[in-house]
Amino acid sequence: MEELANLFHGFAVALQPYNVMLMVVGIMLGVIIGVLPGLGGANGVAILLPLTFSMPPTSAIIMLSCIYWGALFGGAITSILFNIPGEPWSVATTFDGYPMAQQGKPGEALTAAFTSSFVGALFAVAMITLVAPLVASFALRFGPAEKFAVYFLAFCSFVGLSKEPPFKTIAAMMIGFALAAVGLDSITGQLRLTFGITELLNGFDFLIAVIGLFGIGEILLTMEDGLSFRGGNAKINLRVVLQTWKELPTYWMTSLRSCLIGCWMGVTPAGATPASFMSYGIAKRLARNGKNFGKGEIEGVIAPETAAHAAGTSALLPMLSLGVPGSPTAAVLLGGLLIWGLQPGPMLFVEQKEFVWGLIASMYLGNLAGLLVVLTCVPIFAAILRVPFSIIAPLILVLCAIGAYSVHNSTFDVMLMLVFGVLGYLLKKCNYPLAPLVLAIVLGDKAEEAFRQSLLGSQGSLGVFFSNGLVSTIMVLGLVALFWSAIQEGYSRLRTAVA
Amino acid sequence: MKLSILHVALAAVAALCASGTETSAAWEPVRPVEFIVPAGTGGGADQMARTIQGIVTKHNLMKQPMVVINKAGGAGGEGFLDVKGSSNNPHKIIITLSNLFTTPLATGIPFSWKDMTPVAMLALDEFVLWVNAEKSYNKVSDYVDAVKKAPAGTFKMGGTGSKQEDQIITVALEKAIDTKFTYIPYKGGGEVAVQLVGNHVDSTVNNPIEAVAQWRGGKLRPLCVFDAQPMGYDEPIADGKSWKDIPSCKSQGLDIEYLMLRGIFMPPKATKDQVEYYVELFKKVRATPEWQDFMKSGAFNTTFLTGADYSKWLETEQKRHEVLMKEAGFLAPGN
Repeated sequence: MEELANLFHGFAVALQPYNVMLMVVGIMLGVIIGVLPGLGGANGVAILLPLTFSMPPTSAIIMLSCIYWGALFGGAITSILFNIPGEPWSVATTFDGYPMAQQGKPGEALTAAFTSSFVGALFAVAMITLVAPLVASFALRFGPAEKFAVYFLAFCSFVGLSKEPPFKTIAAMMIGFALAAVGLDSITGQLRLTFGITELLNGFDFLIAVIGLFGIGEILLTMEDGLSFRGGNAKINLRVVLQTWKELPTYWMTSLRSCLIGCWMGVTPAGATPASFMSYGIAKRLARNGKNFGKGEIEGVIAPETAAHAAGTSALLPMLSLGVPGSPTAAVLLGGLLIWGLQPGPMLFVEQKEFVWGLIASMYLGNLAGLLVVLTCVPIFAAILRVPFSIIAPLILVLCAIGAYSVHNSTFDVMLMLVFGVLGYLLKKCNYPLAPLVLAIVLGDKAEEAFRQSLLGSQGSLGVFFSNGLVSTIMVLGLVALFWSAIQEGYSRLRTAVA
Repeated sequence: MKLSILHVALAAVAALCASGTETSAAWEPVRPVEFIVPAGTGGGADQMARTIQGIVTKHNLMKQPMVVINKAGGAGGEGFLDVKGSSNNPHKIIITLSNLFTTPLATGIPFSWKDMTPVAMLALDEFVLWVNAEKSYNKVSDYVDAVKKAPAGTFKMGGTGSKQEDQIITVALEKAIDTKFTYIPYKGGGEVAVQLVGNHVDSTVNNPIEAVAQWRGGKLRPLCVFDAQPMGYDEPIADGKSWKDIPSCKSQGLDIEYLMLRGIFMPPKATKDQVEYYVELFKKVRATPEWQDFMKSGAFNTTFLTGADYSKWLETEQKRHEVLMKEAGFLAPGN
């Protein structure tokens, strides 16, 4: 019960008028950051960090974490409306969110996305409140082998799941791995596949690829379809919100599962992006309407958004209790903690009670404030789709170019984005799925790193991936996911044979 | 992009509000100064750069805003090449870590510190030998015995990056103890410390700031510091022990010294006035209480060098790194 007393004390801190003001300002800024593709929560927080230098630490972290929540909310908006993920973890939201918008249901998709984000975050904060110390020690058990197993599971839950033939999925994934390999090989410290080109030292940034593949690729496809933009009949009133809310509780199972996946991935810390992909993949397997995923199923929006937000929120736990950031944005916040003179680690919860519980209370309040802000704006966002394509397309192009430029302040990246746009168009025309490619670019080098670290530690023995209960369980889950369709088929054959 | 404009605007407002300007130097920035960090966000160099940015903004030390930009590609090569290619641009400075020496040697990316204009050494970062607090070794000699007893290659050393400072120290340790470690590179120092707490590696050479939280939490134990003498901070950190109580490795029979540069450089062809301006700026930064707190929290060695002294130090370190990297077999083909 001591936790609850601390929490209420935290609410008292967070509800001071000054802090409430910072909270709202943070959410607004965050939504803008999330909407602009490429800018991203990490960059936004990094840029604003010095401004908070003269604030009291608790107020500073409240504002910065609210920017983070805002960015998590905002990332969904452009994914659903224009098929451009504003943030890496919104990629999976485009799969069903964008088709929904095209069918004239952008309001429903946005409401579902925002509400599930809120549910995910709430679940994660509740977990942080109640079982923080327990979870922190669980995270310590994750060495390289366990991390690789998690990535392996994320990849496996994707192969054989899409409508396209599995070999096309694997081909797309391999292109992604190849792109992810460019740049510095972090295990040997050597440059790989850069061919002496300075711009390639950094490898292919995931954000550039995504903006090009999805944003530019989509514009090209729409142009081919004769410039029609099928969102014109969008309903734009707040009643949509209430109607969608009535529908949402029927998907409680998907929500709960996504919350758990999200919290697990956030704590381990693998981050929000694999969480959203994995949750989408598993929802597609297990949902009753799984076959309709990708054609505008509301469950396909709920699953990734819930998981992404749950992961994004729970990623703060390892940062506070271990000093290991669970996401790039958490890494920047970690730097902030040190600048404010706070030492993240096991002692933070003991020595800086007011700070920690003020932050946790602001997670509850900040997410609530965020939900209210974005929900009231749903009709406005949805109305954007009524603007004729000939006006909106150039605007999207400019937005994409700005986003690509701002990742590294480099014009080379803008060219690269256009190249990826053409590639995305061609792949779509040939029915290659884009999602596995994106997944491989995001997680490819991390998975490789974890794999090689594990093998270094085990002196080359693959047994390390089955060396304890935790890692074996995750690996077996991954293998089951990989051969799921074969298993299912075998099972049904067995049943008919028995009958 | 929008935000950096916003930030510049806000900082400009803050600068306008500042009353009582400082004595005017011969040269002053006339547009925002880019502060390049050749490493990722959240790491040691990034933290220091952002602390400096915060101090400069808070105390109005500069009339123009300072903008921190990370260029981490190719182990920092991206940032160094950017500065190398910005001749005659006095509105750009870069903070360095040991990758100033190691990156060109290990990757063959064409630059050296001589391609830039040295401004000042701000501090030196210490390295400490850490083990998990559950382990029985309390002294360096216990540790050395345990390492020697383990079959070659089974003792795991965790560190940040490959063929960089942490691995250089590991190779020096191998030579001093006459054994073989398995070195496992990770992305960041904080992650390395946590891998040690989780017993996924057996020891690390983390910087003080990366591991201090785990030390205070009773999870890790420092054995010795890779410096000529113990660190100077005598405030108790954990179990009544302070940084000062950690013996130097040399006094414990491991004759290894390694410190990491935290220094500032400008692009080539900077004039004397321009260098002078930044030297004065950093002198003011060093005088603030925030900077002193930051130095204390990371147990930094606060040596400050400029001009010829700084260049001489760089020259010696460059030669030392060439020898160390060559002996370890870390040189890129063709170097």
